[in-house]
Amino acid sequence: MKELQGYRKPFLNTQPEFLSPGYASTIKRAPTLAPIALEPSLSELTGPRFDPRQLGASSNDLTAGHKAEPIGERIWVSGRVLDDTGKPVSNTLVEIWQANAAGRYLHDGDQHNAPLDPNFTGTGQVFTDEHGDYRFRTVRPGAYPWRNHHNAWRPAHIHFSLFGPAWSTRLVTQMYFPNDPLLDFDPIFLAIADEQARKRMVSALDWETTEPEQALGFRFDIVLRGRVSTPFEQPQSSKELGR
Amino acid sequence: MSLRMTGSQTVGPFFKIGFAWLYRADIGSTVRGGERVRVRGALYDGDGLPIPDAVIEIWQADTQGRYATCPDGQATADAELMGFGRVPTDAQGAYEFRTVKPGRVPHPSGQLQAPHLSVTVFMRGLLKPVHSRLYFPDEPSNATDPVLQAVPEARRPTLIAQKGPENVLEWDVRMQCVHGVQETVFFSF
Repeated sequence: MKELQGYRKPFLNTQPEFLSPGYASTIKRAPTLAPIALEPSLSELTGPRFDPRQLGASSNDLTAGHKAEPIGERIWVSGRVLDDTGKPVSNTLVEIWQANAAGRYLHDGDQHNAPLDPNFTGTGQVFTDEHGDYRFRTVRPGAYPWRNHHNAWRPAHIHFSLFGPAWSTRLVTQMYFPNDPLLDFDPIFLAIADEQARKRMVSALDWETTEPEQALGFRFDIVLRGRVSTPFEQPQSSKELGR
Repeated sequence: MSLRMTGSQTVGPFFKIGFAWLYRADIGSTVRGGERVRVRGALYDGDGLPIPDAVIEIWQADTQGRYATCPDGQATADAELMGFGRVPTDAQGAYEFRTVKPGRVPHPSGQLQAPHLSVTVFMRGLLKPVHSRLYFPDEPSNATDPVLQAVPEARRPTLIAQKGPENVLEWDVRMQCVHGVQETVFFSF
């Protein structure tokens, strides 16, 4: 059969190690043996594709769908999903979840005594367009305490889950907010060794997408693994793969 | 042009609110023919305790070994089998899903792989997911599968489900070795 190219490996220190003792839960859950490198086959080079028609009308507006508006600072979050060769990742599913403005998740397991907001669920889904762009409207989440260490607080963040074109391109990450002093003390954020790589998880205030008198805009670009290319790769086939 | 991939971060304990809309525990319910299977098991941490806050994603080929989405214009699968599943673990760390046993998928070596499910696991405490594979018991092609062959023989059993009662396949995932029970094999690709 035709030789298939795999996906590029992440650059040194731009991804976390499994064991990161500052984040206590990794100690009993991190695998202790190195993963076995597998030559990618169609099992790793294909992946699920979802249908935008599966989504509800307001899936990209987390402030909608309830009786009234949620409490909190309204924001727009937008950005572009690219692969690490710079190609836009179009028509890919982006799942989003977050705490409310008070730092509380609508989840049975969240025991933080901050109030729930009857007008906020904190769940959304969007698809990137043909340029890899996405955007959604929400409220800025609050920071919240957790029990990792004494007086531990998570910086405000929004969870992102992306599929990309293949099983190899799956990514779950978190978007943070600029100038948050809690970032310097967060073992999950700090689990990524490279400072530049950490900074890329921090969104930027964006006047272009700020809606006057309505909502501040924050920009968050996301980079997935791109395909290994060979000098003989034909432009036409790479175009198809990037769809 | 070369960019750096965005860093992976944990799904945390509250992923359910983001993932539940796409929970899919019956992968091949509309497929005609093929061997229907029920798979269940549990996830365990380094103390041997069940992991109640994990989610498993499954990707598989159809009964003919074709994937629903394919690069390079290769055969496209049975449209009825999208091939994707997603199930959370319950309070006892257990999961269960139903599917149809996939066919054999080609490997770059030119061989056919043994039937398998690709499995990716996310949980609180994992900063990036682990990738594994579930192979089927009583499957002669396991003996020549190029991926299984690349795994040290002593560790291969962690990738092969066992036949339980009522013809259910049982497959546990162990994040670390505990009391002599082996850590599951995880892959990078």
